[in-house]
Amino acid sequence: MSEVKILGIESSCDETAAAVVVNGRDVRSNIISTQIPLHTLYGGVVPEIASRKHIERINQVIAEALKEANMTLDDMDAIAVTYGPGLVGPLLVGVAEAKAIAFAKNKPLVGVHHIEGHISANYIENPDLKPPFLCLVVSGGHTHLVRVLDYGKYEILGRTVDDAAGEAFDKVARAIGLGYPGGPKVEKAALEGDANAIKFPRAKVNGSEYDFSFSGLKSAVLNYINGAKMKGEDVNSADLAASFQKAVVDVLTDHALHAIDEYGATAFAIAGGVASNSALRESVRKACEKKGVPFYHPSPILCTDNAAMIGAAGYYEYIAGTRSGWDLNAVPNLKLGER
Amino acid sequence: MKILGIDSSGLVASVAIVEDDELLGEYTLNYKKTHSQTLLPMLDELKQMLDLDMDTIDAIAVAAGPGSFTGLRIGSATAKGLGLALDKPLVAVPTVDGLAYNLWGAKTNICPIMDARRNQTYTGLYAFDETGDFRILVKQCAVDIHEIIQKINETDTPVTFLGDGVPVFQKVIEEEVKVPYFFAPAGLNRQRASALALLAKDYLEEGRTVSAADFRPDYLRLSQAERERMEAQKKEELQKGEFS
Repeated sequence: MSEVKILGIESSCDETAAAVVVNGRDVRSNIISTQIPLHTLYGGVVPEIASRKHIERINQVIAEALKEANMTLDDMDAIAVTYGPGLVGPLLVGVAEAKAIAFAKNKPLVGVHHIEGHISANYIENPDLKPPFLCLVVSGGHTHLVRVLDYGKYEILGRTVDDAAGEAFDKVARAIGLGYPGGPKVEKAALEGDANAIKFPRAKVNGSEYDFSFSGLKSAVLNYINGAKMKGEDVNSADLAASFQKAVVDVLTDHALHAIDEYGATAFAIAGGVASNSALRESVRKACEKKGVPFYHPSPILCTDNAAMIGAAGYYEYIAGTRSGWDLNAVPNLKLGER
Repeated sequence: MKILGIDSSGLVASVAIVEDDELLGEYTLNYKKTHSQTLLPMLDELKQMLDLDMDTIDAIAVAAGPGSFTGLRIGSATAKGLGLALDKPLVAVPTVDGLAYNLWGAKTNICPIMDARRNQTYTGLYAFDETGDFRILVKQCAVDIHEIIQKINETDTPVTFLGDGVPVFQKVIEEEVKVPYFFAPAGLNRQRASALALLAKDYLEEGRTVSAADFRPDYLRLSQAERERMEAQKKEELQKGEFS
C-alpha cells in the first residue's frame, strides 16, 4: 500500500503544534508547544499574546515534527492546517504559514475543521474504528454531539447554547481559586470530594433534546459560593468540584445514551480536551458497556489541541479530493461540515 | 541577487521581486480585503507572470513592524513559511524605514506617519544625504503626533510626509508644522514592497539577515493585557511603597 504523508499544523488557540501522519492513522511525530504557563498569568487565553507566541514558535515546531518523523517537506503529499473554528489571530498564523510552505513546495493545501480534527484523533489509536459512529466533542471552546456518517460527513445532533463544557470548568475553577486551566484542576480537587454533597441542576434545553446548556450550572455554583460567603460558612471546594463535575458528566452521559438508543449507534467516541477527564470517560464507558456499544477515546495527548489529529482529518479530506486555495482565510466561527 | 519583498503592515498589501538593480515585478493593493486572502494569491500571480522559480530567490525581505498586529503577523508567517520551505534567510526591514525609502533621493527630510490608533502614530525621521546615503534622524517609534512635529520643527528643514497617517493627522500637520512641508503623491505615499526590497539589498550586503525560525515582528507595543498587567503591578508597588 502506498503511503500518503501529511504535515498537519494547528494553532487555533494556545498550542502551537505540528505533526507528520501517514495514511491518516500512523503518527510519525506529534510536536506541541504549549503556552499554558504564559496565559496562567492572565487567568485565561489572551488572543494577542497567543498570536505573538505562535509566530515565535511555529517554524521550530514544524522543523521538529519533520526531524522526528525523519522526513523533509519534499516527502509530504499535502499540508493540512486548521482554519477554524478558534481565535482568529492564532488561526491566521498557522494558516499563513501553511499556505506559504505549500506554495513554496508546490504541495496541495488542505484546510481542516478543528472539530473534525478532534473527532479524527480517535482514528489514530483505534485501527478498527470506522464511520458511522457517534462522537461527543467536549473542550474549552466546544460541546458537540455529532453523528459521523462517513469520513468528512457529519450531522450535528446537539451543541451548547451558551458556555462550552470546558469553559464551565475554567469558570468554576477560577471561582474556587484553583486557577487556569480549570479542567485538570477541578478534576484533581474532585478526587477528594463527595459528588453527591451539593445538588446542582442538570439543565435541559427546551425543544432540542441534544443541545446543552452550562451557564445555569455555572451560575448555580457561583450562587452557592456567594451564599456560603454571606452566611460566613466555608466552602468545601473538593465537594463543590466533585458535585459540579458530576452535574456536567451526568448531562453529557445522558445525552450520549439517548442518542445511542435513538440512532442505534454501533460505536461511540469522545474527543476534545475534556475527553481526558477520567470521570467523564468512566461514566460514558459504563453507559456504553450497558448498551453493548464499543467505546473509544483518544489518549490524553491526543485529546488536547494537537496537529496529529489535523494530519488524520487532513488525510481523509485529501483522499476525498478536498483542496484549499492560496486565498484560504481563518474562519473563527466555522461550522462543522461547512467549507 | 534576487530578493522577494513582502509588506502587509497596513491596509496595503504589496509583494515585489527585485533582482540586482532591476525591479522584475510588483503587485500592490490598497484595498480593505484581508491580507490573508490577497497576499499569497498576489505572489502566485507574480510567480506565474515572471515564470519565477521560487528556489532562485536569495532572501525574503519582510516589513518587520510596527504596523497592524494582524497584518504584521500574516506577512511574518508568510515570510517564515517561505523561508522554512525554501531554506532562505529573511531580512527584517523596519516598516517605517521601508516606507521612507519610497522617497529615495528626496531633498527634504522624510517623515512617514502611520495611523497607530489610540492618538498615536508610528513614525520616524529620515534623509538622504548629499552622497545618497540613507540617514535615520529619528528611529521608528510609536509616539503622539505632536512629539514628532516638535522634532520636525527643531530641524528647521523642509519635510515630506507620507503614509496612511497623513489623512488622519493632516489638520494637525497643517496647524503645527513650522517648516516647509509636502505630502508625497499617490504611488509613493504608501507601503511598497519594491522600496522595502531595495533597502533590504543594503541589509543583505551588510550580512544583516535573520533565520526564518528566529524572526519575529517588532510591534513596538505590548499587548493590551500585558500593558494592563504591568500598570496594575506598578500601582501595587507604589501602594506598597506608601505603606512601608
